[in-house]
Amino acid sequence: MRGLYIHVPFCVRKCPYCDFYSEKFSPEKSEKYTAAVVRNLKRYPVKFDTVYFGGGTPALISGKIAEILREVDYPEGAEITVECNPDVTNERVLAELKNAGVNRISFGVQSLNEGELEALGRLHGAESAKKAIILAHELGFENISADLMLGVPQQSVRSLEQTIDELCKLPITHVSAYLLKIEPNTPFGKNPPEIPDEDGQAELYLAAVEMLEKRGFLQYEISNFAKNGFESRHNLIYWRAEEYVGIGPAAHSYFNGTRFAVPRNTAEFLENHAQRELVTDENPDKYEEKILLGLRLREGILLDERIEKRLRLVPKELFRVENGRVSLTPEGFLLSNSIISAILS
Amino acid sequence: MSEKNYLDNIRNFCIIAHIDHGKSTLADRILEQTETVALRDMEEQLLDNMDIERERGITIKARAVRLKYHADNGEDYVFNLIDTPGHVDFNYEVSRSLVACEGAVLIVDASQGIEAQTLANTYLAVENDLEVVPVVNKIDLPSARPQEVKEEIENVIGIEALDAPEISAKMGINIHAVMEEIVNKIPAPKGDIAAPLKALIFDSVYDSYKGVIVYVRVKEGCVKPGDKIKMMASGAEFTVVETGYMGATELVPASELKAGEVGYITASIKSIGDTKVGDTVTNAQNPADEALPGYREVNPMVFSGIYPADGAKYPDLRDALDKLRLNDASLSFEPESSIALGFGFRCGFLGLLHMEIIQGRIEREYNLDIITTAPSVVYKIEMTDGTVRMIDNPTNYPDTTLIAQSYEPMVNAHVYSPSEYVGGIMELCQNRRGVFKDMKYIDEKRVDLHYELPLNEIVYDFFDALKSRTRGYASYDYEMIGFAPSKLVKLDIMLNGEVIDALSFIVFADRAYERARKMAEKLKENIPRQLFEIPIQACVGGKIIARETIKALRKDVLAKCYGGDITRKKKLLEKQKEGKKRMRQFGTVEVPQEAFMAVLKLDDD
Repeated sequence: MRGLYIHVPFCVRKCPYCDFYSEKFSPEKSEKYTAAVVRNLKRYPVKFDTVYFGGGTPALISGKIAEILREVDYPEGAEITVECNPDVTNERVLAELKNAGVNRISFGVQSLNEGELEALGRLHGAESAKKAIILAHELGFENISADLMLGVPQQSVRSLEQTIDELCKLPITHVSAYLLKIEPNTPFGKNPPEIPDEDGQAELYLAAVEMLEKRGFLQYEISNFAKNGFESRHNLIYWRAEEYVGIGPAAHSYFNGTRFAVPRNTAEFLENHAQRELVTDENPDKYEEKILLGLRLREGILLDERIEKRLRLVPKELFRVENGRVSLTPEGFLLSNSIISAILS
Repeated sequence: MSEKNYLDNIRNFCIIAHIDHGKSTLADRILEQTETVALRDMEEQLLDNMDIERERGITIKARAVRLKYHADNGEDYVFNLIDTPGHVDFNYEVSRSLVACEGAVLIVDASQGIEAQTLANTYLAVENDLEVVPVVNKIDLPSARPQEVKEEIENVIGIEALDAPEISAKMGINIHAVMEEIVNKIPAPKGDIAAPLKALIFDSVYDSYKGVIVYVRVKEGCVKPGDKIKMMASGAEFTVVETGYMGATELVPASELKAGEVGYITASIKSIGDTKVGDTVTNAQNPADEALPGYREVNPMVFSGIYPADGAKYPDLRDALDKLRLNDASLSFEPESSIALGFGFRCGFLGLLHMEIIQGRIEREYNLDIITTAPSVVYKIEMTDGTVRMIDNPTNYPDTTLIAQSYEPMVNAHVYSPSEYVGGIMELCQNRRGVFKDMKYIDEKRVDLHYELPLNEIVYDFFDALKSRTRGYASYDYEMIGFAPSKLVKLDIMLNGEVIDALSFIVFADRAYERARKMAEKLKENIPRQLFEIPIQACVGGKIIARETIKALRKDVLAKCYGGDITRKKKLLEKQKEGKKRMRQFGTVEVPQEAFMAVLKLDDD
């Protein structure tokens, strides 16, 4: 399997918690951007099994997606995802994506509680998120994911349950539930809102796992849940340490045995004939990566002697061993950094 | 130049000041004014040449510098400025530096006035017959009140101060007046160049090429290369290789050092232990009848174990300690081992500051991560079989059934403070099992409180506690007076059921509960939550007297990995690995090094 990630670095406005790379959108930039992506795609004349447009706000260039995908060599049935924010999603956008060959939409819903959405500084309300999902489904998208945020200001297990309940009644197949992390170089980082403490966040996370599983969304990764057969193939490529190429500023790649990243600089990306690619890891340690990445997955990793020995430092309720593999329980996922470093140290 | 002339034109002096009153800044200005240091070589606080000194703004080891000054009276003078440490840990060194001088420049902050800390050193100077020249500094501050401060100096110290120069060392205002005061007020040294050599050692440093460089004040006679010299206290003899003066940035060789002069001697001396501060250097062939007064053996007062965080670095730690001892005769160490920490060294220090300095230098100059165990004083134990044991390591504390009587070291402590803080200080001293001796009013605002205190009550955090109760205005000073009978017990700490020998300490029996409780609380604060719940128990003789629990960690996850950005996750793991290096593993429990230090700071408010 090989994935293609395309980073679309434009937003209408930046959300106060977000530290992903983006800048203000303008139509001229989107022209130049498309041309730059196409130029760079020609440098990678290989087959891709998945394509993922992330951002930023990829929906802002919905009209250009077809042009870009024409340059990509992918087989029938490839998973082609575009991230969409409810506030910029309308019938035209969705139709453009559909016609371009996109078959999976990932909506940034975050919450269906108006107070929480406001606290997060989102530009949409709960209703517009629901409408966007229903519209996408009506237009023929059968694989729809929704992003949820856990541990946001004012959130309680009750308000979370309400959000999950309403969300799961919508025609979605996949949920990504992320714990809000206050990043230093964001407005939240500079002016931190009051969020649930560590224990509170842990409780919300565990509650989310339980509620989602109960509604048929099975956890297959720390933050990802899917109905049977709808696991994001693109996502799995990352965690199974398979190849992916990243195009666009701030995009990361793992290609030909090397990990590299494009600098967070849109102007440079637009100007350069070929994007600048800085090696982050020339020859990653395969064994270490397998543990590091594989333990994020429900399927876990193959158990060996060394790992078995290290697991003695880990409380029993945090992992399970079955069929010669070890994987983390939801409680274990919450502590995955500590567990991984216990195993690797 | 006739013999009389050369003495007349020498001025040997030091500078006395409270911390932050501008001692180092004034020293820098004096160096500038005499153009001893080319301006490009000037660095802030030139005299303090250890990093740790610059950082803390304190002077740790005495340093000296020789300057030339052309005075208003048309004559050229040689100034020998001897810098002195300002902390009680180094009281003895201070007194030896003072004895090397005829005068002292007393700096007083124009807005803060006389501080208690200044008093002790000023009295020490007066006791040693030094001429004290007051200077009022920081007159550039809006809150400066030079006139009142001068009156204070007259009233409190009893020296004339109305004509004291008003200066700003920082702005370079009126430094010239200070120079003239030094010329006119401080007496020239006396001494007979023909008498047998008597030179006072006030400092020494180890140089890998020259061996030990001995800093001396020649009191009588003279010394030159080729002379056979003898250290009167240690008895060691050497042949002088080089004599000379201390320039501001380098040593300047000279053909001889004469009575009244300050300079250095090298004699291929390999061990700094042979050149003890306060000892008298004399001529081996023509020795002086008696040594200069005031020498005493400096014994370590505080002991603690120092261990490499990474056991493989044990030889590096030994190497670092060896090198540090080259320049610090008061540091002692010998190998020891701990169940919890592996192989390390039991080290003896003059006091806590000295200990912190050594730790800092090992970490900084030798780039070693170390773990330090709780400092301990030396206890004297009379065993039931009649033998006497000296115990400086809690691990070696004998079983209580074998102890006939235990003794702990006592000190005579003087606390100098503004009178409004007397209540707080008395409470503190009482809490520390102090026995009140007397209280003297130095003037209507300041007191000298005299207490007898157990040394182990003041080695940990007494100075910090004193400062916090007196808003930094009090200082203290102590001397050992011997051992007194005491009721002592050994307190053990268990983490997850395992005794951590490095955390054990000896405590006065009646204080065991309180200490145990605080210790457990402190450990709880300083040990991060981990995958397992960690019980902390403190016990005496197997009986648990305090407990706390560190709850298991709930969340440590990087939830979102953006666009396949694995590097970020890796960086985080690297950081955790780095963090682990500063941790010590005890079974499944990881204890950060800071926890070992933090438990020492158990102030009682």
